[in-house]
Amino acid sequence: MNSLVVNNSFRFIGLVLLQVLVLNHVNLFGFLNPMIYIVWIFLFPIRKNKSLFLILSFLLGLTIDFFSDSGGINAAATLFIAFIRLPVLKAVLKKTDFDYLLFNLRAISFGKAFLFIIILTLIHHFIIFSLEYFSLNSINSIIYNTILTSGITIIISILGIILFSKKK
Amino acid sequence: MQQIIYFIRKFRYFLLFILLETVAFIFIIQHHSYHKSKFVNSANSVTGGIYNTVSSVNDFFLLKSENERLIEENTQLKNLLNKRDINFNQITFKVNDSAKFGQKYEYTVAKIINNNYTNRNNSLTINKGTNQGITSDLGVINSKGIIGVTKSTSGNYTTVLSILNNNSKINVRLKNSNHFGTLIWNGKDYNILQLIDMPRQAQIKIGDTIITGGKSAIFPEGITIGTVKDFNFENNQYQNINIKLFNDMSAIGYVQIVKNLERIEQLNLENNTINE
Repeated sequence: MNSLVVNNSFRFIGLVLLQVLVLNHVNLFGFLNPMIYIVWIFLFPIRKNKSLFLILSFLLGLTIDFFSDSGGINAAATLFIAFIRLPVLKAVLKKTDFDYLLFNLRAISFGKAFLFIIILTLIHHFIIFSLEYFSLNSINSIIYNTILTSGITIIISILGIILFSKKK
Repeated sequence: MQQIIYFIRKFRYFLLFILLETVAFIFIIQHHSYHKSKFVNSANSVTGGIYNTVSSVNDFFLLKSENERLIEENTQLKNLLNKRDINFNQITFKVNDSAKFGQKYEYTVAKIINNNYTNRNNSLTINKGTNQGITSDLGVINSKGIIGVTKSTSGNYTTVLSILNNNSKINVRLKNSNHFGTLIWNGKDYNILQLIDMPRQAQIKIGDTIITGGKSAIFPEGITIGTVKDFNFENNQYQNINIKLFNDMSAIGYVQIVKNLERIEQLNLENNTINE
């Protein structure tokens, strides 16, 4: 239990620093910046007490906002995917109820975990770019940026999860 | 009453979500209005401190380009000095007693510790703040052009609204004529900005130099910005005038902050004129 708190705190701080100091300046092909900090949302243990998780995800987004001067864009998007994480997971796994304590992203099959990550990343990036552009005229840019950035984010986050988490 | 409590208990998860989402949207809206982004910005001591530490490492890699820029600027200033000499010989000039008499602009040097240029709305963080006399609404320039306008300040750090921002509108004019226009950014390429509101009487050619106009109380007149890259002339109107910046916005190190000492006087006068 205690190691769970330590683990998640380290992951929180590590992902924020990685995001704001390295990944916000990657500029792949001139404009792609992967947003890896949402891996924290994927990996946070699923429990019945979900309020703490909501508040922490809000703080995660807000920390990124502080660093990148973006108002509350990241906070809004991160909070939203935190809220829909459980319903999405249930829909992907086609289960109504599952073992909350023993759940681990590495324990479910790769295809399902992949689908879960794709859905949440696409929604998150779409909210971010919609709020950033904030105009229907630039819907093309929004969708273009969402798809390309999501691709990079998904590849890096899956590689990261496979490399840095223990297999059960 | 019991019903209400029951309702809150039942939906507390959803209500918490709505509450936090509302807070996030309040921050977004505050951020969009120019003067109100007091809370969420990178000018505070924690984020500013972290950026400062990291930029001291990154500085090392910028040394070469920064030196080249300084040499260029030195040459330019020497040329200017030589021109002055000739003028001084030709006309008599008087020396004023007071040290700041007639001085309109004051420059402060600052270092950029965080720079964004790929988002739709970009901003920068610099390592000078209210302790060094920086306030909001001051122009930020370097020797090759303009960078932006200061926004939020803290003790030692300031955020700068980059010209690569949806909210940035800079008054500019052509170097060879006095036709004014407005410089905006469409969010696509960080080296190309757009010039709008050009009157159709203006003669624009590809390669023309664009400089700051003296209309605003923020930038001094005559800072070079860039050259015209291409444009369309349709229905007797100029359209899609693209400006190629002299600055490379992805690699800027040290900047100067311009303080207009007569700004308050000018703004008061303009307000009085409007009110009358």
